Amino acid sequence: MIRRIWAVFRKDVLIEFRTKDSLNAMLFFGVVVLVVFNFALESVRDTMREAVPGVLWVAFAFSGTLGLNRMFAAEKENRSLQGLLMVPIDRGVLYIGKMLAATLFMLITEAAVFVLSLVFFNLTVWREIPYLAIVFLIGTLGFTAVGTLLAAVAANTRMREVLLPLILFPVILPILVNAVEATGIILNSRDYAALRLPLTIMAVFTVVLATVSYLLFDYVLED
Amino acid sequence: MLEVRGLAKYFGRFTALRDFNVSVGRGEFVSLFGRNGAGKTTFLRVVAGLSRPSEGLVRIHAPGGETLTPQASRGLMGYLSHDTALYLDLTAVENLRFYAELHGLPHADSDLEARLALVGLAHWGHESVRNFSRGMQQRLAIARAFLHDPEVLLLDEPFTGLDQTGTEFLRTYLGEAHGRGKTCLMATHDVPLGYEMSDRLIVIEKGLVTLDVPKSALSLDRFQELYREVAKGS
Repeated sequence: MIRRIWAVFRKDVLIEFRTKDSLNAMLFFGVVVLVVFNFALESVRDTMREAVPGVLWVAFAFSGTLGLNRMFAAEKENRSLQGLLMVPIDRGVLYIGKMLAATLFMLITEAAVFVLSLVFFNLTVWREIPYLAIVFLIGTLGFTAVGTLLAAVAANTRMREVLLPLILFPVILPILVNAVEATGIILNSRDYAALRLPLTIMAVFTVVLATVSYLLFDYVLED
Repeated sequence: MLEVRGLAKYFGRFTALRDFNVSVGRGEFVSLFGRNGAGKTTFLRVVAGLSRPSEGLVRIHAPGGETLTPQASRGLMGYLSHDTALYLDLTAVENLRFYAELHGLPHADSDLEARLALVGLAHWGHESVRNFSRGMQQRLAIARAFLHDPEVLLLDEPFTGLDQTGTEFLRTYLGEAHGRGKTCLMATHDVPLGYEMSDRLIVIEKGLVTLDVPKSALSLDRFQELYREVAKGS
């Protein structure tokens, strides 16, 4: 099973690194969000640090949605998904492989956006980086866990670009809210003991959403 | 090998298949005829497990006779349609390697290049599929679909886009597969070709089987006549 998950993951990564369709769009979008907020928050520059967690997660969530929308594009071209569905494997394998690939693309985008945000918002955060990495990782896994399933649902509709954010954001709201809170604790109060609650909520939602998505993936792929 | 009972498929209020009953024996070559929208593709997709039946059942039996689960039955089937199901940004070898890994087959470059040689793409293994002509893509799709040497070949207008050489190649390939006891279900608009290759002829109109006869019962001319009548009457 792991070998097959790896095959799906490697295929998606190979295609993406060759075409850079999703990564370019995600990075560009993330940077645009930072630039817009940089100007919008000019008047509150003294308290900018408090707004950064929200700005970061808006950039991550919107650019991530863009990436998820593109995730099934290669499968729709030439109906490649049809070939995948004919393989005698548990279709959950496809879900996990694709989810991990989406997570990697989001984490690359997040790393780039985060580094740029240090410049835009004049932040110094060396000691906080390990804590931020944990929050970004759990938040991203939660996002892609349900995002991969919903992207597969949206891919079969005519309005997929519009539909995905409409069905995705309400579901991931608990993860996003807690990710913003956790990022805020790390950047502002540095009371790391207070991280336990938001991280636990994020982890529980991620596990539940990933399990439900794994079980449902087979049903959303067939006509 | 294949048993379909009371199959119906609805897309919203549209009925694609209704009261569809067919049994196909091991080693039979069955051609499915019918106008556009008759239900041929939907039938093949339901058999392949790409589409869920709204009513009825589809059973695939292993060569030993036991009924298979949907997942296991996919391992016995290969599906080739006019959509090639290839990744255009991968090379031919990368496409085959990906499917070989998923099927748990040997996937060394030499194994895959030997497969490519069988479909006449020996020197194209490391070329991006995006640079392939339509005919070359279809040849690669043949290698991909039948990589695991399936028992049942589901063919949805497989000759679309092939030039004369490609058509000859696929005819020979399918003829040999049939000769080795493979079961073939082929949807086609090419009546003479379908007639020539088959043991049995099925005409589908508006989601129903309207004619199901062994080839030996009808000459090509008589079959074409009947087919025209069925199509006109529906």
